[in-house]
Amino acid sequence: MIVDAVYAAPALLILSLGIYSTIVRDTFSATVGFIAYGLLLTVAWVQLHGVDVALTEAAIGGGLTGLLLVRASARLRPTEALARAEAPGGAMRLLAGLMAGGVFVVLAIAVLSLPDPAPTLAPQAAEHMASLGVGNPITAVLLAYRAMDTMLEAIVLLLALIGVWSLAPDRVWGGRPGPRYNADPEGILAFIARVLPPVGIIVGIYIFWIGADHPGGKFQGATIVAAMWLLTMMAGLADAPPINRRWVRILLVAGPAVFVAVGVAGALTAGAFLGYPEGWAKPLILVIEFALMPSLALTLGLIMAGTPERPAAP
Amino acid sequence: MNGAMLFGLVAAALVGVGLYGLIVNPQPLRKILAFNVIGSGVFLLFGVIARRGAAAGLGGDPVPQALLITGIVVAFSATAIAVTVLLRLFEETGTTTLASAVPPPAAGPGPGQDQAGE
Amino acid sequence: MSSLVDVFTYITIATGAFFFLAGTVGLLRFPDTLTRLHALTKADNLGLGLIVLGLLPQVDGVMNGLKLIAIWLLVLLSGADAGQLIARAARRTMRRAAPHREGPAGAAGSRSSAMEPTAKAGGQP
Repeated sequence: MIVDAVYAAPALLILSLGIYSTIVRDTFSATVGFIAYGLLLTVAWVQLHGVDVALTEAAIGGGLTGLLLVRASARLRPTEALARAEAPGGAMRLLAGLMAGGVFVVLAIAVLSLPDPAPTLAPQAAEHMASLGVGNPITAVLLAYRAMDTMLEAIVLLLALIGVWSLAPDRVWGGRPGPRYNADPEGILAFIARVLPPVGIIVGIYIFWIGADHPGGKFQGATIVAAMWLLTMMAGLADAPPINRRWVRILLVAGPAVFVAVGVAGALTAGAFLGYPEGWAKPLILVIEFALMPSLALTLGLIMAGTPERPAAP
Repeated sequence: MNGAMLFGLVAAALVGVGLYGLIVNPQPLRKILAFNVIGSGVFLLFGVIARRGAAAGLGGDPVPQALLITGIVVAFSATAIAVTVLLRLFEETGTTTLASAVPPPAAGPGPGQDQAGE
Repeated sequence: MSSLVDVFTYITIATGAFFFLAGTVGLLRFPDTLTRLHALTKADNLGLGLIVLGLLPQVDGVMNGLKLIAIWLLVLLSGADAGQLIARAARRTMRRAAPHREGPAGAAGSRSSAMEPTAKAGGQP
């Protein structure tokens, strides 16, 4: 009974917060509920023995997505009244409820009839980890067995950034993203933006470095570093760089470019794209990680900074 | 594995709840939020499958968990673009309705005039 | 001897959880934003401190214990700052709603716009 309660409590809380975020009237309350929902999902991931996924969910799923939605809901506040007038009537709600219930029933049947014993790739993943020199199986999967997915994921982030940039009005193309934040330089926000980033950057680099043997990794570490940069931007202590600066573009592309270069080199020397020659796995993994981490931090920070809104200084 | 099964049922329920919210909420930002709830329900379901694959001394099958990390990042990218498009729509037309009854702005073709928000 | 340590852990974690419960009761029952913030920040920091104290005998190694204490200090720092920011935004909103005297012009317009909805949501009973 005690063991089941440990699972049941987060599960029920997650479900009720998910329902709350969906049906509450005020949009801001829904977004704040979503952030809490993301944090509870982190607890669920730890229960499911996926600590790396828990870190990613806390950092990106709850943190960055929540920040995106909260800022958008604050800016879209004037549209609330008009949108509420468009709410559908009872018939549409009943139909939607029936459809949602049908999807739930189908998925629940699928969950309850999962094959037993469950098929798994864990033995194959574990047996080659020693030759890679990596202690964390998730890192081994991400950077060795399925390195192609990680490369495409980094490129997808870059494409998302280009998509965000492409929405800039023509007159500010190449300019600085986001509004100019001018917080009180003696105030609380400036205080924490001076105190927290050194600690945060060290924590981020630590999580990145320890991802080789323990739960962690470059996505989680890069998110923390990007969050520290965002904090200094929001406090007015730093400003977002204009997006037509060469160093910005070079740093953004450097990570994925190194990844692709390693892949091509692997095609030439090991016979497969992103194949690692014998004994070269650990150094190549380190090279990829060191090149990718700054690019990821800059990409995530710039995605959160938004579209250019101010023209670059001439 | 009873606890993991409970999470699986909650994940199925979350997909249903998110689908309801996606259809019923008229504001596009709420639709994006409901889309994220659907996504996290699917991820939770996949995580239950990963947990059931625990073997060889590992707590869970690492391959689905690594795919989940990729999935969370890609879902964030999609949300970022969707929210940015929504904010641009708001700046251009002053409203975020998806109904096609909104007249296009005077200068140039208006963005986002495709679907009716029924 | 280890069971004595376990009893200490149980008692301190239960007390910490009780403080969290007290903070949540304050969040639900107090009338306006500032009193709710007071209940939340005080009770939650103390509750987290007690939970960390209870977990300290259970960790293996000094480094993990130091990490737990660092977590508590970081939560203290960010919770205090966030509480101050929300309180200032709430006070600005209350001044705007019932101006007793000229309030300070909002210097950080884009920042306070994100904070204001919290004050509005918290200001209505």
